[in-house]
Amino acid sequence: MTETSISTKGSNWGYAPAPESADHFKLKEQYGLFIGGKFVPAGSGKRFATINPANEKTLAQIADAGEKDVDKAVKAARTAYDKVWRKMSGRERGKYLYRIARIIQEKARELAVVESMDGGKPIRESRDVDIPLAAAHFFYHAGWADKLGYAFPGKSASPIGVAGQIIPWNFPLLMVAWKVAPALACGNTVVLKPAETTPLTALLFAEICQEAGLPDGVFNCITGAGSTGAALVKHPGLDKVAFTGSTDVGKAIQKSLAGRSTKLTLELGGKAANIIFEDAAIDQAVEGIINGIFFNQGHVCCAGSRLLVQESVEQEVVEKLKARMEHLIVGDPLDKNTDIGAINSKAQCERIRDYLKVGQDEGAELFQTKCPVPEKGYWVRPSFFTKVAQSHRIVQEEIFGPVLAIQSFRTLDEALEKANNTPYGLSGGVWTDKGAKIFKVTRGIKAGVIWANTFNKFDPSSPFGGYKESGYGREGGRHGLRPYVELS
Amino acid sequence: MSSSLAVSTNLNLQAHPVDEVGIRERVARLATRSIKKASKVEGLKLALSMVDLTTLEGADTPGKVRQLCTKAIHLHSGRKDLPMVAAVCVYPTMVRIAREALQGTPIQVAAVATAFPSGMNPLAVKLEDTRYAVAEGAHEIDMVISRGDFLRGDYGRVANEIEQVKEACGKAHLKVILETGELGTLDRVRLASDIAMQSGADFIKTSTGKIQPAATPEVVLVMLQAISDFYRKTGKRIGMKPAGGIANAKAALNLLIMVREVLGPAWLTPSLFRIGASKLPNDMLMQLEKERTGVYQGLDYFSND
Repeated sequence: MTETSISTKGSNWGYAPAPESADHFKLKEQYGLFIGGKFVPAGSGKRFATINPANEKTLAQIADAGEKDVDKAVKAARTAYDKVWRKMSGRERGKYLYRIARIIQEKARELAVVESMDGGKPIRESRDVDIPLAAAHFFYHAGWADKLGYAFPGKSASPIGVAGQIIPWNFPLLMVAWKVAPALACGNTVVLKPAETTPLTALLFAEICQEAGLPDGVFNCITGAGSTGAALVKHPGLDKVAFTGSTDVGKAIQKSLAGRSTKLTLELGGKAANIIFEDAAIDQAVEGIINGIFFNQGHVCCAGSRLLVQESVEQEVVEKLKARMEHLIVGDPLDKNTDIGAINSKAQCERIRDYLKVGQDEGAELFQTKCPVPEKGYWVRPSFFTKVAQSHRIVQEEIFGPVLAIQSFRTLDEALEKANNTPYGLSGGVWTDKGAKIFKVTRGIKAGVIWANTFNKFDPSSPFGGYKESGYGREGGRHGLRPYVELS
Repeated sequence: MSSSLAVSTNLNLQAHPVDEVGIRERVARLATRSIKKASKVEGLKLALSMVDLTTLEGADTPGKVRQLCTKAIHLHSGRKDLPMVAAVCVYPTMVRIAREALQGTPIQVAAVATAFPSGMNPLAVKLEDTRYAVAEGAHEIDMVISRGDFLRGDYGRVANEIEQVKEACGKAHLKVILETGELGTLDRVRLASDIAMQSGADFIKTSTGKIQPAATPEVVLVMLQAISDFYRKTGKRIGMKPAGGIANAKAALNLLIMVREVLGPAWLTPSLFRIGASKLPNDMLMQLEKERTGVYQGLDYFSND
């Protein structure tokens, strides 16, 4: 330049805190069990605290349900089933579901804030993903309620009875919707047990059911830890159990139901391979890796936790991934700019840290970003391992955190072999500019859902579920109605 | 007219596929960044310092250009905390007037050349156009690529033309306008960016402002990624200039967010990032006044130049 004094120094301009306000509603100090349309204390009077994992402060006291409470809830659900819900026309049931969907939309902001406070997920995700999808699931299933005859042509669909549903802490309200909406649409009644670390939005959902005028006992919510869930599964009054959670607990539930006529669907763990070919749009693939493993702190059963990248682009992908990861903001889940929130619980945080150690002990190389993290609360910086082998535990086992294992491959066959070499079969991803390759890969991987040139996309009309130790049964779509009906 | 048309021997046309859906999603995610308070004020001032304040009308007069230059120096009456813009962008015949008006300031004078905006002239004319603008005192030349040659697949000719214009620029900086609104696909935007950078562009620029769509966030993102790849391979930092259709302060801040997260803070300087605009500064000024006083003021309080 000929004569210049314009600045050549880069600016360190950045983002000021932009917290979503949490003062437009007030949580109650304590929440009871929701049985027969009313909030009641636990029979034992016991309570436990639910905390905000971002600052370890107590949000509310929650009733701890014992066997007697479980029994009351199942009986309430049975009564509602026999006297009201099974006899109601599909059209009438649909009206309630539509009403619930609309109230979820109306309360979207409050629900998103509570979801982020109770579970640690960034407000960007609870606001843009969890809550809108939860409402969408109710809208979708409301539409099915009076059209079940069309879902199963030539057959007559009738409800099963009382469903016991146990959901995890990673998508609290969304899992309520995945479980409750199809059950209710098909004419069943429900006893739901949310996770003990994230019970709040399920309890707010119970309030929504009250507001929607849902007949008493059609939806019941019992809060508590694993023992409450075990008591629910053991209860002889259930016709159907649906569980989403870890593979270990899923196996235990399957054992405890053995010999009973109770139907069961399981949606368990995963260790998905995200496969990047050399002809992929690399920058978009890198973004897909980020969405695949760092969405919701990696607390996603279908997370793309194994990256398989073709060797000719491995270096480029790893360099770009590092650069991209340095822009991920870890911190206050209520800040609108936060990309990665708090780890859901102390126990999970310790589990992830154990795996970080295991990976290094096994000889893999750890990369973590340099971003600052708050002092209080549970945090793990976005991380990945290179120099990993197929036999490493970090490749074989589900970590359920923001930790990626990177391997390379040379040929398509090698990629498929590595992708399938896992006890899990929930999801997978493929990135290539060639349509033919997409079909080859999607046919070659045994997994319930495979995304092509995208990752972690969900829609109520699309069935979701696994193969192998990732469970069985489908949720969403026409397939997702099947576990909640008897066909004749 | 055919000067030397030898294909540039070093041109690397390696395909870098762009996934349009993925680009749209990334753009949407970047747009969720929330810029408030101090960050907003600082960002708007930074963006103002990056503006190429532009007038490219057939009806431009010396008076209008002088008025624009005054605005470039004093963006808003009564505020001493505002930067000057980076450059004033005019037609070649207005360069001398702009130079005089900006005497003693660091503000650069940019001239559009090479048969702007269509580029539908022989190379010799384009080169003469460039030499004239430089001789008049332009610090920067904004050239257009031959979209016809590019769309026909004659990439060597496009590259060659850029190389020759670069030579004609001498010490003046060269910005290469891709006119993305005429390229049709993001894959072509990427390819045109690669060719321009390899052929000597100091900056790559989206549009002339005469064709819509112009600087869409999708196009800007693709070009920024091309710049990032070029830097990774060569160590050379190429500048970026979105121009046309940047409607308001929020869009300008979104551009800064993109630059920051794709290229990093090293690019957050007027020497590597410019925003081509004529009306945009007033919206940014309005936002700055709102941050200062707490209330929005009417458009009548901001000078139209």
